[in-house]
Order: sequence, then structure tokens, then C-alpha cells
Amino acid sequence: MQSDGLHFEFAVDGENFASAGTASETIKNTLKKLGLPPATVRRTAIAMYEGEINMVIHAGGGTAVVDITPTAIEIELKDEGPGIADIELAMREGYSTAPEEIRMLGFGAGMGLSNMKKYSDEMKIESEVSKGTRVLLKINI
Amino acid sequence: MSQEKRLHTVTLDQDKCKGCVACMRRCPTGAIRVRDGKAKIYYDKCIGCGECVRVCHHHAKKAVYDSFDIIKNYKYKIALPAPSFFGQFNNLENLGLIIAGLKRIGFDEVMEVSIGAELSSDATRRVLKEGTIKKPVISTACPAILQLILLKYHSLTENLLNLLAPVDIVAKLARENAIKKTGLKAEDIGVFFISPCPAKVFALKSGLGVEKPLVDGVLAASEVYFKLLPELKNIKDCTEVASTGLLGFAWACSGGEAAGIMKDKYIAADGIENCMNVLKELEDNKLDHMDFVELNACIGGCVGGVLNIENPFVARSKIRELNKSLPLSKNSIESVGKELDYFKWETNPETNDVLRLDEDFMVALKKMSDIDAIMKQLPGLDCGNCGAPTCRAFAEDIVDGAVDISLCTRKETNENNNK
Ligand SMILES: Nc1ncnc2c1ncn2[C@@H]1O[C@H](COP(=O)(O)OP(=O)(O)OP(=O)(O)O)[C@@H](O)[C@H]1O
Ligand code: SF4
Ligand code: SF4
Ligand SMILES: [Mg+2]
Repeated sequence: MQSDGLHFEFAVDGENFASAGTASETIKNTLKKLGLPPATVRRTAIAMYEGEINMVIHAGGGTAVVDITPTAIEIELKDEGPGIADIELAMREGYSTAPEEIRMLGFGAGMGLSNMKKYSDEMKIESEVSKGTRVLLKINI
Repeated sequence: MSQEKRLHTVTLDQDKCKGCVACMRRCPTGAIRVRDGKAKIYYDKCIGCGECVRVCHHHAKKAVYDSFDIIKNYKYKIALPAPSFFGQFNNLENLGLIIAGLKRIGFDEVMEVSIGAELSSDATRRVLKEGTIKKPVISTACPAILQLILLKYHSLTENLLNLLAPVDIVAKLARENAIKKTGLKAEDIGVFFISPCPAKVFALKSGLGVEKPLVDGVLAASEVYFKLLPELKNIKDCTEVASTGLLGFAWACSGGEAAGIMKDKYIAADGIENCMNVLKELEDNKLDHMDFVELNACIGGCVGGVLNIENPFVARSKIRELNKSLPLSKNSIESVGKELDYFKWETNPETNDVLRLDEDFMVALKKMSDIDAIMKQLPGLDCGNCGAPTCRAFAEDIVDGAVDISLCTRKETNENNNK
């Protein structure tokens, strides 16, 4: 463990819709306890939640690693799912490949990635088709 | 707010408390610990929901309220019965009977809180139209919910409906009217709320959203009920009539307030856990398309308040029955001749930072990492034997220096599991 921060690792279950969002919920509660400004807490929680849900819906699960340091919250979301062929296209508001049954559940508006960009200070996506996706988010404190 | 400055919401009867941890497990904010075999309430975290009163089989937990006798300290006495109060009586066909009855047990005047509810609905519709509050606008009528948001959901404070609670509205109006009518001084007039819950007792006595408390006392619905009941059959010709329509009385039940805003996109949730789930979704922007969110800490809404007598579902049905003969509404901002500002909060309630580990972020980080380290030594059973509701809460208490890890009697369980 780092001496000057907090380190978290979560396995994000791809099978279980009901428990989706527990990793970001844990981080949200931790940030509240740390006394960070409400806006920072909320931005982080929403950005991470969208990334977590994407792994559940599009990639069959993955891992989330979060480091809270004195200056930033850094989040790594990694999966071994189908990957994203055209990242620029995927980032566009409204673009979604979510199937009908997922849309029925209220997901698939194609807003997740653009919201992650909007709510974070830095965002990086690395993806390779049929290998997987890695999303890095940074929220400054 | 410091521990001393907080008014007490619920108290403990030390002799009756068996230290069974039932209340501690139930408390939605983790405000209770069992120390030296007795429950201890940390008032700075308590939202006054009354869940601990409900769950205590030993009747050791009591809601705080004023004794009925305090009304005697005033020359002119006004009762403000909550909408849910009218749902407590069997075979009540005429709402006016309750008003007449209250006058027989010592009050000079009665003003139904449901009048304030109708005024609040009117004011809410205008605030929604003004668009000055971030949507979805969250109701602030249930003080347990308001306190919960101020404690745990700070980012939602911009969504809070900035209006006085119906009881504060009628308290203001009733005192003004009485001064005009009687010529008495303000301090000779006693204004008393008949409350369904300790949360309202606390809110009114501390003056949530107002400069200073607007009522002189808060009485328990249950206590007033037992005084009133024997009087009801003595009333011969009742000439009293209720001054509220069905929209006002509907506030007794979950969904009643939301119905009054006359919009379709609303949520009405009741029961503290359900409300917490909705608050979580609000925080995650998942309910952005909603106009209004009504949240009631009690199951069924205020009819479920812990100071009421009747089963909330029966009370709900009685209110529905009574409402059948009423017009939609009898009160509006115009009819009382006030401006919208009259109904708005005088001061914005402040957020409560007590859940924060430390004011200094670096110290908080250090504490959190110490808590995580202690968590690794604990069995993660949340058994409550140590006197804290969860292992995590226990770890926080240890880091705070309040207790020693030796209180955990089941650490071996963890050691065995790790073998
Ligand atoms: N982890 C991932 N693995 C594979 N594909 C992904 C992943 N994350 C996003 N995508 C692709 O990018 C598209 C856009 O993602 P985005 O989160 O913006 O929208 P969405 O998830 O489809 O809908 P919404 O987030 O609004 O519910 C997805 O439909 C999917 O095709
Ligand atoms: S009234 Fe509610 S918040 Fe207060 S101690 Fe009891 S259960 Fe906890
Ligand atoms: S729902 Fe009503 S009775 Fe229950 S705590 Fe809230 S205001 Fe009081
Ligand atoms: Mg998405």
C-alpha cells in the first residue's frame, strides 16, 4: 500500500446487474468520509459508475483499481471484453451498441463515455478489439 | 452542531435498556453504540426518525416531546393538529369533531396543519415555475429526511425545496391572527403542534429553516389522542368545520404532497431505506428527468409516524374515506393575502459535517488508511457484540480513540478463516 494515499481494488462482476455500481458506491462513501467537496465526490462517483456499468454491460465484467492521493483520485477500469473498434465514435453522445433488452433497463443512451469525459479532469482509453479495454480517469482534488 | 447544542430527539430509559443492540442495528445513520451494556445515542448523527423507538422491545427508547400541561402556561392556546392526526379515529365522519374536541380539552383555537400543507403546495407550484431550485426538487417537509440529506447527501442541498414546513406556515399565521383577534401580546399566545414523530419535535424546537422556533411546544399525537377520545362522545351539536380540502389532508400519506404539485414527473418514496435508495440515485444523476421528489422517512408517510396510534395502513384508508366528501383545496396564497416570500425558508439549514473523519484532508486520509488496516484484523461479521453496528464503524471508533480493539470478541473467527 502507498504510504501517502489509499488504494482500492474491486472485481466487477459481469453477471450481476443488481450489484452493479457497488465499487463506485464504496468510493463515493469513502470520499464523503474524507470530507472532499460535494461536487468532487459527485463527479467522481458518476464518472466511475458509468465506467463500472460499461464493463458490466459491454465487457462481461472487469476490475476497478482506485488510488486516492493527496492531489487526485485516479481510477483504472480494466476488462477483457470485446474492445472498442472506433473509440472516437464510441465517445460520441448518443452512440451506443447496447442491445434492446439492455435499453429496456434504462441503459444504452450512449451518454456514459461522454459523461465520464465531462466529469473527470483527465480521461484516457486504450482498447484492442477482442482483447479488452482500459479506461483511466483522473479527478483532481 | 455540537453535541451539547443538539436537542435530544429520543432518550433512553437506562433501567429498561438490556443492551440488546436491536436499536443500534436499526439506526439508519449509525448514531447508536452500546457502551457498558447500555445504548448510547450520538445526537450529532441522529435524524430523529424514531426507528429505534419502534424496534425496542424493552420500551427503553422514548421519543421526546412536551408534556400536555405546558399549554397552561399561556393565556391563549392554539392547537395545530398534523394531517395524520385526523386518521387516528374510528368512525369519524365529521372532521369538525376533532376541532370541537380539541377545544374541549383546553385549546382556545385550532388551526389544521393541512391548511399550511395546501399553502405549501401552492407555493411549491410557484417555486417550480420560477425554476430557481435545481431539478429534481426535493421535498423538505419530512425533517428526518432533511436532516439525513444535511448529514449524508451534501451535493443534493441545491435541490432542496426552500419552503417552510406546513406546520411552520400555520404557526406563523395562527399567531398573527390571534394577536389581531385577542389583542394579547405574542408571548401570551401558546402555539402547539400535535406531532406524529420525534423528527418534527426536534425540527420545531430547534427551528429548522427559521430564525427562531415558531411554536411554543410540541405535543405527542398519542398523548393528545387519549385526552381527546373520551371527550368526542360528549360533543352534541358540532358546528365546527375543517378548513382544508382533500389536497391538504392527503399530506398525511406518502404521495400526498407530490399529488399537490400537479405534475406527472414525480417520485414519492416512503420508509427510510427506500428513501436512501432514491437519494443515492439522485446523487448519481439517475433521476434527472424528474420534476419533484417526495420522501417520507416513515412507511406510509406521516401516518406511519412513531407517535401515532393507528396502524398506518388503516389510518391511510380512513383519510381516504374522509377525503371523499371534501373539495379539492380550500387555501391558496391569495386567500391568505401573502407573498411567496412569506412561505420561504428564513435561513438555509446548514450541512452537518460530523461524518467526516477530519477537517484536514491529510489527517482524514491517514485515519482512513488506519481504519482499513484495522478492518483487516476484524472478522467482518458485523455481529454487533463490540457495541458498534458494523466492523467498519468499530474500526472508526478505534481510530477515534473511543474504544479498544480488545472489545471484539470474535477476532479468532477471522484468524481461523485466514488459516
Ligand atoms: N468497456 C467496454 N467494452 C466494450 N465496449 C464498450 C465499453 N465501454 C463502452 N463501449 C462501447 O462504447 C459505446 C458507448 O458507450 P457509452 O457508455 O457512451 O454508452 P452506452 O453504455 O451504450 O449507453 P449509456 O452509457 O448511456 O447507458 C457502447 O455502446 C459500447 O459499444
Ligand atoms: S431516532 Fe433514528 S437516527 Fe436517531 S438514534 Fe434513533 S434510529 Fe438513529
Ligand atoms: S414521514 Fe412524517 S411522521 Fe415520519 S419522520 Fe417524516 S415527518 Fe415525521
Ligand atoms: Mg455506458
